[in-house]
Amino acid sequence: MKEFAEWAIETARLRGARYADARVMDVRQRDISTKNGQVGTLVESESCGIGVRVLIGGAWGFASTDRLTREGVQTCAARAVAIARASARVLGRPVVLADEQAYVDTWQNPYIKDPFCVPVERQLAVLLDADREMRGVPGVTLAEGTMAFRRIEQVFVSTQGSVIHQRKMQSGAGITATSFQKDEIQKRSYPNSFGGQHALQGYELVEAMNLPAHARRVGEEAVALHGAAQCPEGSRTIILGGGQLGLQIHESIGHPIELDRVLGMEANYAGMSFLTTEKLRQLRYGSDIVNVVADARLDHGAGLGTFGYDDEGVPAQCTPVITNGLFTGYLSSRETASAIGEKRSGGTMRAESWNRLPMIRMTNVSLLPGSWRLEDLIADTDDGIFMETNHSWSIDDHRYHFQFSTEIGWEVRGGKLGRMLKNCSYSGITTEFWNSCDAICSRDYWTLWGTPNCGKGQPGQVMGTGHGAAPSRFRNVRVGVAFSQ
Amino acid sequence: MTKRSEKSTRMRNGKRPIGRKAAGVRAASRSSVSVAKSGGENSGSFEELRRIADRVLHFSAAHETEVEITAATDALTRFANNAIHQNVAEEIRHVSLRVIVSGRTARATTNKTDDASLRNLVGAAVSLARFQPKNRDAMSMPGPQKQPPVRRFFEPTAEATPEDRAAVVRRVVRLAAGRKQTAAGVYATGWTRAVFANSRGLRAQHAESKAEFSVTMMEQDSSGWAKATSPDARLLDPLALADRASENAAASGNPRELPPGHYTVILEPSAVLDLAGFLFYDFAATAVQDKRSCLTGRMGKPLFGANITLWDDVYHPLQSGTPFDGEGMPRQRVMLVENGVPRNLVYARSTARKKKMRPTGHGLPLPNEFGEAPMNLVFAGGSGSVDEMVRGTERGILVTRLWYIREVDPYEKIMTGMTRDGTFLVENGRVVCGIRNFRFNQSLIAMLSNVEELGTAVRASGEESFDMVVPAMKIRDFHFTDVTKF
Repeated sequence: MKEFAEWAIETARLRGARYADARVMDVRQRDISTKNGQVGTLVESESCGIGVRVLIGGAWGFASTDRLTREGVQTCAARAVAIARASARVLGRPVVLADEQAYVDTWQNPYIKDPFCVPVERQLAVLLDADREMRGVPGVTLAEGTMAFRRIEQVFVSTQGSVIHQRKMQSGAGITATSFQKDEIQKRSYPNSFGGQHALQGYELVEAMNLPAHARRVGEEAVALHGAAQCPEGSRTIILGGGQLGLQIHESIGHPIELDRVLGMEANYAGMSFLTTEKLRQLRYGSDIVNVVADARLDHGAGLGTFGYDDEGVPAQCTPVITNGLFTGYLSSRETASAIGEKRSGGTMRAESWNRLPMIRMTNVSLLPGSWRLEDLIADTDDGIFMETNHSWSIDDHRYHFQFSTEIGWEVRGGKLGRMLKNCSYSGITTEFWNSCDAICSRDYWTLWGTPNCGKGQPGQVMGTGHGAAPSRFRNVRVGVAFSQ
Repeated sequence: MTKRSEKSTRMRNGKRPIGRKAAGVRAASRSSVSVAKSGGENSGSFEELRRIADRVLHFSAAHETEVEITAATDALTRFANNAIHQNVAEEIRHVSLRVIVSGRTARATTNKTDDASLRNLVGAAVSLARFQPKNRDAMSMPGPQKQPPVRRFFEPTAEATPEDRAAVVRRVVRLAAGRKQTAAGVYATGWTRAVFANSRGLRAQHAESKAEFSVTMMEQDSSGWAKATSPDARLLDPLALADRASENAAASGNPRELPPGHYTVILEPSAVLDLAGFLFYDFAATAVQDKRSCLTGRMGKPLFGANITLWDDVYHPLQSGTPFDGEGMPRQRVMLVENGVPRNLVYARSTARKKKMRPTGHGLPLPNEFGEAPMNLVFAGGSGSVDEMVRGTERGILVTRLWYIREVDPYEKIMTGMTRDGTFLVENGRVVCGIRNFRFNQSLIAMLSNVEELGTAVRASGEESFDMVVPAMKIRDFHFTDVTKF
């Protein structure tokens, strides 16, 4: 793999590139799903190729190919150079890269069980056991289960002398029960919705979920939701479960702090950000107890945003994003860090695969744990709603006004969980919402959730991100508007 | 932006947007000639792809084997802040293989085409298939089918260069700078060829070129947007699109704030597309069978307004995509909604067999849990224009584009999302001013029951749904539930 990258770099250099890097990636994937007692998807995929990025005359060019021969790689590098020269015809401010030293290193995430060595029939048996349990609940009309595994091997080489070899193993799984009655569809998921939980781990992650053991409860809750009371409309105290809070962090903190959005680079598609540069170290993003980091280091956990080096050769780092409520840091690249006068990139550039350009992506953007026990937090809440597991999510193109709905909720009355609520939703303004946070549960309740489906860029790229969160309380939040008449 | 789900991503894979006849699309001739390249190694020609397919079929000892070989080249020039900031190109081949072993089926894919890799691919698929429970719905692969031809490949578009794209972007950026605006957008070109074959003798192939231009023009407190796609880049008019976006940005400056509530709205075709596109999977027979479609229990009864007629038709001159489905079956034209009444669903082969229906050629690549989906939706339009709708509106909201639309309630089909890049107040038959963006929570069923006027159906492009043929719509009682600060 290294040889291909070196051929590409050398070709780019000979053709006039001031800077060039190349990534060779070999990706293997297994996707399994079941539905109502039958195998649904059963696919193994592999993809291998090289992406070459060059900088000439202050402008970028990128080309990729799966023709991994000397001629194929050199042709690809020459194409990247030609594209960069075309870019220079419509040049803005020439690109300047923040300094970064060269690294020669190898990095691999630890895991216990290689999911590709676990027989597929065993993996199917787990999903089918859970499926049977869910369908054993009268009223469940649809039982679904999924597993997904991804192994990435990549070599990064740059004209600065970096040679970085990384291997990553990613696993994920989840189940969902759906119930249709009269004029209503309700569903419940475990351990999270939209594919479950995903992390940079081996098959041990799936085993720890114990999907069959949770399947009956998931089915029973899906059916019970039909008889639950409708979420009220008005202003309420809400407590969000960790999975839902993870997505709240993703949408209303993770995306607004992407410096490429802030600088207008995503204006045509994903949009921009309300977090303009004069707000850095000035804006009260949240209440004093809100502390958020973007941490790609393994020390933070084996999340989907964990790695050794990003895809422009910058080591994994921890960036304080919100410190005691104050906005303190962006997600940055070498180009964007330089553009706002920062000395060094935050190391957040990642590409979906070999055929995509690296761009700023969330690493593990996490709300640090507080000190509350969940039981105490509920006991401390006179009148509120506990909402859990995301159902829908939407936020404007400046990441300011949001609306979420959850699969399930419970009333909290007099410090106790009460009756079940269905069709729960809440909405708000990003900074008002985070400033209303008055309690965060402790590390005992904290999970590094994986969001495997973050879309960004043109052409589109899907990336996995991590979000550590524990159940937290927010005051005076508008609830129920999604179903208002 | 968190993607909707693996479901929608997987189902939309392989959709190749093409063809549009709307503002920004020149009314030039579409007489370009479909030309296949000569068949050298790595040329991506049909001949090369057929040779790979034949090798795969030769290597497979499975009871039945199906293979699709795809070659594609895509290039995209991206600009922002009045400069090109990203500029990319890729070439890729894809070999997707399905085997059936004793009634069990599985798929494996690769982008490696040497003999050893193709043999490994067969081995991987057979191993996956062998160790799974027998599927009660499994069917033998289809035999040869008659494929109606479609012509969607235009060589000048397929061979557009980075210089071609940069020249277009430079003109657009100059237009923006001349008006003291900031431009951002993309200009993309490319092509795809696919060859489909199975061991029962079915053969099919398809080639398509593509061009896409989208642009956002920004002022201090406002923006405008426009987008078009075509199989033939010569039919796009990027400057006209940029001019339209620029005018909307200028007209929506200093936006007023209106209270949320129920309003008459005029949705431009892109806004209609991105909302109505969320209905596509509801028309899958498997979705109804699984009771997750909003049409469960509602087929054959009036559901939408009598002015709503909708069908699926890959052969429509403004449509795009492959004329065969995931099993190689030719796609059929299917009337889905007639005068407000849901009439038909689409069927993959196995779903059709269970329901004693004929397959409609909408099956997704097997094995899958979703069955089928219509991906070439066409709404019947009217004869009016957006300008005429505005002239006939006493008070309402004109919406250019919607954003981050998600499903809140799957049976009543309540959708939430935001307006974006050009939202206007209409009073007494004219556009009065730009307004701050709204959030909506609106049932699609109710919306399509409240359509007062339909514009001419055009090929529309958005960012939430694949391209469709839809009209602009004037709709009463559209529910905006909140307003944002810009």
